[in-house]
Amino acid sequence: MHTLTALVASLPSDTIGPATETVETGTLLVAPLLVGIPLLSAALLLVLGRRTDRWGHWLGVLASSAAFVIGAVVFVNMLGRSEGSRVLDVDLGNWIDAGAFHLNAGVRLDPLSLTFVLLVTFVGSLIHIYAVAYMEHDADRRRFFAYLNLFIAAMLTLVLANSYLLLFFGWEGVGLASYLLIGFWNYRLDYAVAAKKAFVANRIGDLGLIIAMGLMFATFGSVSFDTVLGGVTESTSQATLNGIALMLLLAACGKSAQFPLQSWLGDAMAGPTPVSALIHAATMVTAGVYLIVRSAPLFNAAPDAQLVVVCVGAVTLVFGAIVGCAKDDIKKALAASTMSQIGYMILAAGLGPVGYAFAIFHLVTHGFFKAGMFLGAGSVMHGMDDQVNMRLFGGLGRYMKITYITFGAGWLAIIGFPFFSGFYSKDHIIESAFVPVEGAPWRAWFFGSVAMLAAGITAFYMSRLFFMTFEGEKRWTNKADGSHQHPHEAPKLMTWPMIVLAVGSVGLGAFLNAGNKFVDWLAPVLGHPEHEEPVMPVPVIMGLTLALVAVGILIAWRRYVASRVPVVPPVGTSLTRAARVDLYQDTVNDVLLVEPGQALTRSLVYVDRTAIDGTVSSVGRVTVGLGEIARRFQTGYVRSYAASMLLGLVVLVIVVLVIQI
Amino acid sequence: MSGFTAPTIDWGALSPVVIVLGAAIIGVLVEAFVPARARRNAQLALSLLATIGALVAVVLLWPGVEESGGTTVLGGSVLVDGPTLVLWGSIALFAVISLLIIADRTETGEDAFAPNAAAVPGSDYEDVARRKGIHQTEIYPLVLFATGGMLVFPAAGDLLTLFVALEVLSLPLYLLAGMARRRRLLSQEASMKYFLLGAFASALFLFGIALIYGYSGSLRYADIATATGTPSGMESVLLVGSVLILAGLLFKVGAVPFHTWTPDVYQGAPTPITGFMGACTKIAAFGALLRIVYTVFPDLQWDLAAILWTVAILTMVVGTVGALVQSDMKRVLGYSSIAHSGFILTGIIALNQAGITAVLFYLLVYGAATVGAFGIVWLVRERTRQSADGSPGPILGEATHLSQWAGLGRTNPLLALTFALFLLSFAGIPLTAGFIGKFGVFSAAVDGGAWPLALIGVLASSAAAFFYVRIIVLMFFTGSASADGEPTGTDVYVPAGDVSAPISAGDGAVAVETVVETEARSTITTTVVKTEGLAVAAIAICALLTIVMGIAPSPVIEAIQGVASFLP
Repeated sequence: MHTLTALVASLPSDTIGPATETVETGTLLVAPLLVGIPLLSAALLLVLGRRTDRWGHWLGVLASSAAFVIGAVVFVNMLGRSEGSRVLDVDLGNWIDAGAFHLNAGVRLDPLSLTFVLLVTFVGSLIHIYAVAYMEHDADRRRFFAYLNLFIAAMLTLVLANSYLLLFFGWEGVGLASYLLIGFWNYRLDYAVAAKKAFVANRIGDLGLIIAMGLMFATFGSVSFDTVLGGVTESTSQATLNGIALMLLLAACGKSAQFPLQSWLGDAMAGPTPVSALIHAATMVTAGVYLIVRSAPLFNAAPDAQLVVVCVGAVTLVFGAIVGCAKDDIKKALAASTMSQIGYMILAAGLGPVGYAFAIFHLVTHGFFKAGMFLGAGSVMHGMDDQVNMRLFGGLGRYMKITYITFGAGWLAIIGFPFFSGFYSKDHIIESAFVPVEGAPWRAWFFGSVAMLAAGITAFYMSRLFFMTFEGEKRWTNKADGSHQHPHEAPKLMTWPMIVLAVGSVGLGAFLNAGNKFVDWLAPVLGHPEHEEPVMPVPVIMGLTLALVAVGILIAWRRYVASRVPVVPPVGTSLTRAARVDLYQDTVNDVLLVEPGQALTRSLVYVDRTAIDGTVSSVGRVTVGLGEIARRFQTGYVRSYAASMLLGLVVLVIVVLVIQI
Repeated sequence: MSGFTAPTIDWGALSPVVIVLGAAIIGVLVEAFVPARARRNAQLALSLLATIGALVAVVLLWPGVEESGGTTVLGGSVLVDGPTLVLWGSIALFAVISLLIIADRTETGEDAFAPNAAAVPGSDYEDVARRKGIHQTEIYPLVLFATGGMLVFPAAGDLLTLFVALEVLSLPLYLLAGMARRRRLLSQEASMKYFLLGAFASALFLFGIALIYGYSGSLRYADIATATGTPSGMESVLLVGSVLILAGLLFKVGAVPFHTWTPDVYQGAPTPITGFMGACTKIAAFGALLRIVYTVFPDLQWDLAAILWTVAILTMVVGTVGALVQSDMKRVLGYSSIAHSGFILTGIIALNQAGITAVLFYLLVYGAATVGAFGIVWLVRERTRQSADGSPGPILGEATHLSQWAGLGRTNPLLALTFALFLLSFAGIPLTAGFIGKFGVFSAAVDGGAWPLALIGVLASSAAAFFYVRIIVLMFFTGSASADGEPTGTDVYVPAGDVSAPISAGDGAVAVETVVETEARSTITTTVVKTEGLAVAAIAICALLTIVMGIAPSPVIEAIQGVASFLP
């Protein structure tokens, strides 16, 4: 009896959702259109080409908004269901039937996927609208919208898939869209290189997902969520589970720019700013978090892998924060902050059942405030002739009131200013990090302190960014054409999305936190985590965090408002210099991977040329030589033809007679 | 008088042959009685009607034969069994398709044949005939006679019928080979060679028949088969006779060492005829060879295996390496046909049920690609570039030098793509019919214990892929040498310095043996000629067959399998 209770207690039964229902009829059958409409729109825009230049961007906006409306309909329908019947599948029929491998394609509708659907389509639609104005003078605006729609379709495939293979389709799709959009202005070599870098780094992660799927098939005989996640039992080998979980983590690292595959995200800012806001801040880069949370039963059963997840999250969290302190390019500073914030989410996801819901919570609020700040940065660039160096900004708050206020809302949200969105979501993560883990008391203290400290650093670098851009004296230089800068507010199509996102940055956290609404909403998928007490009382944690945040703001105020900001970056300490070049990550990658890789390819090419081609060409030469001999017999004279026939015949006759004797 | 009883003849079973030969005779009458203006259309309609009729007759005969296993007609002289029907169907089908190419004319009303084949090349008489727009409509009855001979050839049930069929199919082909409109001396030389060597092979064949008759006392296949199973002291007569008969048949399929005529005749004959001959003759001859090896000499298989193996290996190797060093498209295809004979021989040597199906299917596949490929060769022409205003001049003969095909993929992508399809089918690349065909014969050979042959076949195929792919590379990835960007012309003719083939081109102007081409032809470009469209239709049918039999071959294979057994 005792062993049975222990077994039940150790099983992650509370995180396995109720058995999946299959939807046969009703409103929910519209769900596949979520993917279909943006995909169709993308196809139309790409196939019809220049003919759609005049109205193509509005078609893109319409497709994205339509997806949002469908998402909202499904959401309302879902709210009308009891908690026990909120995990649904819409079956799309047999997809793959090859030997032992059977897979049905299907749409998974549950609170987790719907959270993403709403986030992606809502923020996505706002950014579509913003981009109509932002990309107005670009000759290829239609193509841009085609790619954005392609991204929306792929991202929704990713989150709505009911199997890892279908998820992988979306996973590759968003990777493709990301590649196309980072390199949208690929006539600039460094932009094209940035796109390639993102693609290669993502491929490494994708390989992890492929290997994970292979292991799943070998272990569970399928790659559908139901079979794999429902099939994790006590008897499943620990090593296999750790292997699968680590490979999934590798995939997450690639997609979510986590250590050690984080190097691509900063360069990805080469893409147009709406892309940075949508793909490289709000949605695609959080796919790794989704993957881990979706695979919760797997990770719960693999504690060693979970520890690695937490470590990766913590390292990236600090790494991104340090890099963010030193960047002068406004978009790259925001990118470093994205990396760091996703580090928070990954850390929370690694904590297990206590952290999953908060990881998603932070993901949603972050989606709002970070997208809002990116759009704000785009608005600043719009007003400042595409200048991105913050040392050449200053005092812009007086000239761009709406941008100033909306950006300010995002700033306060990300640093966790009380009662703004980020305050709730981040605080929960820090508290969860302080929850003691059985058998390893150091973990709570260590990861809790790291998370808390990083909150202080975040406050410093985000304040630095905000102050350097909007406060202080003007440090503007002339435009590229020599005229003076005339910063101005962006058109309404750009400001309204920023305003809406700012409202979310302010109020969304409080709204979702009230009455534990968000955690309860996710419960059908993630279960109700038992409330566990952190090693320190919660008010102490909160107080310490807020104190650190205040210190961070204060230091930033003294250095970037109270004193002059040098236009030429000072030499700085060795840490600053290292942070400016992303803590030497590119150098490390070059030495460890790129150069050995290139040496390998060069030697392979050499072997190919000499050994393989050499063999082939000598075979060819010998053959041609034989052919030349054959051709010499082909004299063209009938008499020699007849003679050769006769000779051949005689030989054949002799052969036959000799054999017969 | 009373000693003779007329045999009952099953005319129904013979109907395909009767239709074709009957139409051929009517064709001769048409030549005599129909006015010249209407003659071409009348002949074309008659020929198409006859060949399509033969095809329909085969279809109608099919269910009966599938059920009964076949009938003997004319007292055993003609055997109408499953393989016969498959071969008849294939021959009739490719005769129909070839006729479309043969009948096609360019916009200026020129077909592939000399306006007056009897005129001395380059003479005034020839000019007059050309100016008057005369067509040599005897082509059509000749093709029908040849087709009729081909139908009888694989169905023959005794050696005499076999010999008569051989002559009926060969004589018209000798004539047809000499009737090219362009490069007439090359054509006549080819015709002459084909005739002389063919006569030589016929003589050997006839000598073989005599020896076999001497040994067995009969010409009937069944009786000879019985006699070969009975031991006697005269085995060497039997063996020499059988080798001579095989030699006659191997000559027709172009197997080494009886292949020497193939490249020259393929190059010299009018291109549509080359396609017809390449496909239909090969089908007929392999059909006859298959029947003889399977039903007449099965008891000799251990004695004959050595020579068949030798011939098959030599044929594959010589065909492949020979093709590698050619610079003329028609010669490349000629050598390729030799190599394919080798591949088909491996299926025959297998001596099993699978071998019959595989060979019959291979012949169908090979025929489709051959007729189609030569159809395309006929469309790719040389054209003079007039220097005065740079406008393209009159269209000349086929641009057969490989270098002239460079860049065709850019100027005529669809045509080049179709040609590439046929080449890939020749090479046996998956998703084309050629792959299924090769797979069939090689696996039959392995099943029959002839795995070394299959191995050599696979090696030869991969080496052969080289020259097929080289042509594809040439068409699609090599820029044409002319830099002036003229839209229709593509290439400057670069005469190879070491053209060692003794037969030369020259449009009826100079043609002497072993003339190396020295004339500077830099003013000649390549173009694809516009025609009445019959050839394009024929090529499209061939391409369709190649794709369909490559992707979904099982209905065809199953149909063949259902009837693939010989009457004893």
